[in-house]
Amino acid sequence: MSDLLEARSVSRSFGGLHVTRDVNFKLTTGDRVALIGPNGAGKTTLVNLITGDIAPSEGQFFMGGDEITGLSIPDRVRRGLVRTFQTTRLFANLTVADNIALAIMQRKRITRRFFSSSTELPEVRAEWSEILSHLGLDRLAYRKVVELAYGQQRLIELAIGLALHPKVLLLDEPAAGVPHDEAPRILEAINRLPSDIAVLMIEHDMDLVFKFAKRVLVLAAGRLIFEGSPDQVTADHEVRRAYLGSYADARRPT
Amino acid sequence: MSDIAVTHVPHKRNIPFAQEAAGALVILALGAIGWFLYPDDLAFLTRLIGIAFLVLSLDLVTGYCGVATLGHAAQFGVGAYAAGIACIRGVSDPVALLAVGLCAGTVMGLISGALITRFRGLPQLVLSIAVGQLIAGLANKLSWLTGGSDGLSGIEPGKVFGVFGFDMYSRTAFVFSLGVLVITFVVLQRFVRSPFGLMCRGIKDDDLRAKMIGVSIYPRLVVMYGVAGAVAGIGGALTAISTGVVGLDSVSFERSAEVLVMLVLGGAGHLWGALAGTVIFMIFEHIVAAANPFHWMTLVGLLLILIVVFAPRGLIEPVVLLWAKFKRKGSAV
Repeated sequence: MSDLLEARSVSRSFGGLHVTRDVNFKLTTGDRVALIGPNGAGKTTLVNLITGDIAPSEGQFFMGGDEITGLSIPDRVRRGLVRTFQTTRLFANLTVADNIALAIMQRKRITRRFFSSSTELPEVRAEWSEILSHLGLDRLAYRKVVELAYGQQRLIELAIGLALHPKVLLLDEPAAGVPHDEAPRILEAINRLPSDIAVLMIEHDMDLVFKFAKRVLVLAAGRLIFEGSPDQVTADHEVRRAYLGSYADARRPT
Repeated sequence: MSDIAVTHVPHKRNIPFAQEAAGALVILALGAIGWFLYPDDLAFLTRLIGIAFLVLSLDLVTGYCGVATLGHAAQFGVGAYAAGIACIRGVSDPVALLAVGLCAGTVMGLISGALITRFRGLPQLVLSIAVGQLIAGLANKLSWLTGGSDGLSGIEPGKVFGVFGFDMYSRTAFVFSLGVLVITFVVLQRFVRSPFGLMCRGIKDDDLRAKMIGVSIYPRLVVMYGVAGAVAGIGGALTAISTGVVGLDSVSFERSAEVLVMLVLGGAGHLWGALAGTVIFMIFEHIVAAANPFHWMTLVGLLLILIVVFAPRGLIEPVVLLWAKFKRKGSAV
């Protein structure tokens, strides 16, 4: 088991506001970790710190033993650190196929080609059509992203993540805003992720967390207050107080 | 339908080079109409083609990359001046002069791009104006090189391919310009559909998303600016060759603003939009300015307001939508 991603005493403050305080964690091969915490706990800030969108005030990040703290966003992506967004950020005016093809082509380093017609390159095409049929989106390949329903856009967000062949995948509330009957499809797609990559998922929907995670990190007021298996989390008194509230009581076997 | 067992997604109907051939034919047909119906206006039509290069160039950075610029005439003007100066200093072959314009435009494009695309939004726009004004100022001040406010004159290029001399009816100039336009347009059609071009459109849509798939944005925009500079430089050189003069108007702020209007009119983000905008604006200006030299700009303003209200994405958008509908219907049957 090697450490794919490690955060070492990472802190971040905006002015006097400490949004992230002394966070330490490790993700290893095959990890399925959920990051939970109440609203405003700094979950998305933590993801932004990991991806390099904002720089930590203190502390370092490592990937496979190399420090990545000073690297730019694209450099981290090239090392296999990939995220999805809480609110979908897609190339809205391009087709679904183009969205995924761009990710594939970027991974294969062929977006510097100037004169071949892009989406229909055979090696690229084979890959995006496979990803799309896996997600049940094949019929939408040539539709513009703006024309699609929100749940479908969430799946495309995931598809782009997959197309980049990540080593570490950060999912920022992948099911947020997805109609309830479509949520299983998201979970299904997540469960089919390659087993050797590490996945860190931020999620509010505890059902999804329990179905997905083998390990849970709990963040409250910028600090990691708990780490353990899903069952330990619901049993822990402090976590219950900080976050789970009545939900934990509801789940307790009677 | 047996070959889709693996991929599930049906292939697009793709005849290789069909789009490129269609593009070339349409431009040639339009050129033929101009040639036969308006033989007395060939000088004007040649100027129109020169400007079309600048609008296409602007489309590459504004329409395809989302860069706001009001200084794009700089690339055009530098190409024009470079070709004009080279011609006066003894380079007379028109194709060589085009190459000079292309190179000068590329260099200018790379320099402006390196400055302008560092920023976004308003700072970007202001910087683009500053770059444009800087070039205009230099063209005025370096009068030993550029002729200053008198402009460069006495540009007398040799025969095209050593055979076709330039005549006072602009016949050679027109055909030569049209030929260069067809070649450039076809190359650009390939270019904007390439992985590079597609990525630029992606960056325009959402640059954070582009970064998050591992794209370094800045170098790409600079390269795109270089390509745009090359296209504008060709246009400048063509104008210098066909008119025989290069004046300060070719680098002026008005020129930059005017081509932006043409692009919005036709529809940014489509090569055809750039072309349509140029043709409609220039012809409108030509006719209305002749009929009413004092109020023509008012009428242009009115036309623009109408278009922004009723076709905010340019005149080409309804055509594109119709075409897409037509194609979808065709494939559904």
